Amino acid sequence: MARMGTARSGGRGTRKNAATPPAAVQEESVTLSDAQRLELYYWMRLTRSLEERLVNLYRQTKVVGGLFRSLGQEADAVGSAYALERWDVLSPLIRNLGSMLVKGATPVEILKQYMAKADSPTRGRELNIHFGDTDRGFIGQISPLGDMVPVMAGVTLTFRMRNERRVGLVYVGDGATSTGAFHEGINFAAVQRCPLVVVVENNGYAYSTPTNKQTLAAQFIDKAPGYGIAAEQADGNDVIATYEATKRAVDRARRGEGVTLVELITYRRKGHAEHDNQSYVPAGEIERWERENDPIARYLARLRESGVSDETLAEIDARVIREIDEATDLAEQSGAPEALDALRGIYADPAAERPLWFREGKGTVVDAHERPEGWGTFDAPAKGAD
Amino acid sequence: MAEITYLEAIREALFEEMDRDANVFCLGEDIGAYGGAFKVTDGLLERFGEARVVDTPISEIAIVGAAAGAAHMGMRPVVEMQFIDFIANAYDMLTNYVATARYRAFLPTPMVVRGPSGGYVRGGPFHSQNPEAGFIHTPGLKVVYPSTAADAKGLMKAAIRDDDCVLFFEHKYLYRRIKGEMPAGDHVVPIGKARLAREGTDVSIITYAATVYKALEAAEQLEREDGLSVEVLDLRSLAPLDDEAIDATVRKTNRVLILHEDTRTGGIAGELTARINERCFEWLDAPVLRVTAHDVPLPYAPSLEDFVLPQTADVVLAVRRLAAY
Repeated sequence: MARMGTARSGGRGTRKNAATPPAAVQEESVTLSDAQRLELYYWMRLTRSLEERLVNLYRQTKVVGGLFRSLGQEADAVGSAYALERWDVLSPLIRNLGSMLVKGATPVEILKQYMAKADSPTRGRELNIHFGDTDRGFIGQISPLGDMVPVMAGVTLTFRMRNERRVGLVYVGDGATSTGAFHEGINFAAVQRCPLVVVVENNGYAYSTPTNKQTLAAQFIDKAPGYGIAAEQADGNDVIATYEATKRAVDRARRGEGVTLVELITYRRKGHAEHDNQSYVPAGEIERWERENDPIARYLARLRESGVSDETLAEIDARVIREIDEATDLAEQSGAPEALDALRGIYADPAAERPLWFREGKGTVVDAHERPEGWGTFDAPAKGAD
Repeated sequence: MAEITYLEAIREALFEEMDRDANVFCLGEDIGAYGGAFKVTDGLLERFGEARVVDTPISEIAIVGAAAGAAHMGMRPVVEMQFIDFIANAYDMLTNYVATARYRAFLPTPMVVRGPSGGYVRGGPFHSQNPEAGFIHTPGLKVVYPSTAADAKGLMKAAIRDDDCVLFFEHKYLYRRIKGEMPAGDHVVPIGKARLAREGTDVSIITYAATVYKALEAAEQLEREDGLSVEVLDLRSLAPLDDEAIDATVRKTNRVLILHEDTRTGGIAGELTARINERCFEWLDAPVLRVTAHDVPLPYAPSLEDFVLPQTADVVLAVRRLAAY
């Protein structure tokens, strides 16, 4: 059994409760070019800035539903998705905006989706980042957690059946590891030797529930031997370490060596959604992570150390803001979906449902009511009868 | 042409569709080497190999979820539930994931979930269920439940070729008791069309699956003993329902009995009654009546099971009441 995780300091119990930011693991990548390393920064910055723009739009009530942030988790989302090839398929979770951007989702799609526009990726049917595109290699999630593990087992089973050298990657949070779907899916994929990478993003909380109320396992990679699969563990706030650990898992899957469980340790700095005031978080915990272990700040320091100039970084920041401004202008121009579109595409055949009679209007079924001849004639009892 | 059983008809459909389309594959528990608990998939492994006849862990969530994932990638999986009772384990995957995939994500999910269903076999509470009503309530799923061998084959072929998820209920009481000749050639029965199992003019019985035979037995007895002409409509397809055929029989006889083996409350009979009320109120000469199972888990002992499930004598009684109304 392979277990190639980087041993990390911090102690089991403390880390599981996310009370202490992990110490930085300084390992220089030998595989990524300078351009790629800057690209990683671009995706992380785009993720954070796009969410900040969404917060503004949410406060203007232009985001009509909930808003989900991945603040502090940009490195784990971006670094893991970056380990995939264009033809690979991933299934994101609610805090994987960064993974979707890496896989080709565009800011304008995200903005339209949040604003429920007619030309949003789901035509206003689904919320937030719940959308996919199999051509670009990402499959939209649903809200019941863990369900995407079996689905991705089937996607990757197909790769294996067709002898395609493609890999699938599915994200779950610490909370989803408690579901039956997670267990059944990972076991099924393991037995079937599916080329699947299961990434557990351990961000300390599932809504308000801390990880130590989710599982008694000391660490999530401890579950891997039970399934007979390989494991990797990495500091999820280190984009390079995340990339490298995921890349090892992806390579293993592509070589036909089956499933790897990758645990990425990170921290959710915002609530479950924008409305969540995080009253359950111990005082100072969020601030400590922000101060000591912000994934973008850490990566910036590393880039500067390796000689990347402030001008280069400022250019990327400016490009990100320009792109988000353009996307916002474009998204705001789109209209709301036409109501009748709600009835289309439940099935391939029939192509649409009919509106119910009370919505069809005058001159239709509301007025026309076919009756047998003579219906409604009052049959008076014969005179003299009781 | 020789007659084959209802079970053999399903197997024949699987063989023909797997021969016809390399994207069709089967997965489920004990379906390969063992050939399935009822031997429906017997011989598939020898013909098509392990890659297309996949023996899985006992994991209904994973089996259905994996089928959905494969279907998104262009495959046409056929899932076996060892007993349809276990489909409850995959309820979330079917209703939340599969049923919504096309609508919310434009993901084609052509897949079939099939399995032995129904009682009258002393199977007890977990090997006798008829959980179809829970699924016709879910937009995005199609549901069929054949009663004849020819329909079993033709509907299976239609289900495999359908571009959405079809739940295919097989009545295990009929597996080896019912035989029929298979129409020649590529026999496909369209989903959504009912079958007139018996023509009549006085009373209509609307039913499906094993109770079609209870209705036919009752109809013969009523003709013999009461001179009543009873029409029997076999729905075959429960989602979508064949409203045209339902309306036609109601307007013809004006007296309607709905008969099903599933429990009463929240069963399909309630939905049918509502539709008839909305569209055919003025054509009725009597209230729509239901004969169904009692609202209890299905017990094992013959004396108990026979009491709980609808029997021919119950149908006779109900039709007489309707005729006299």
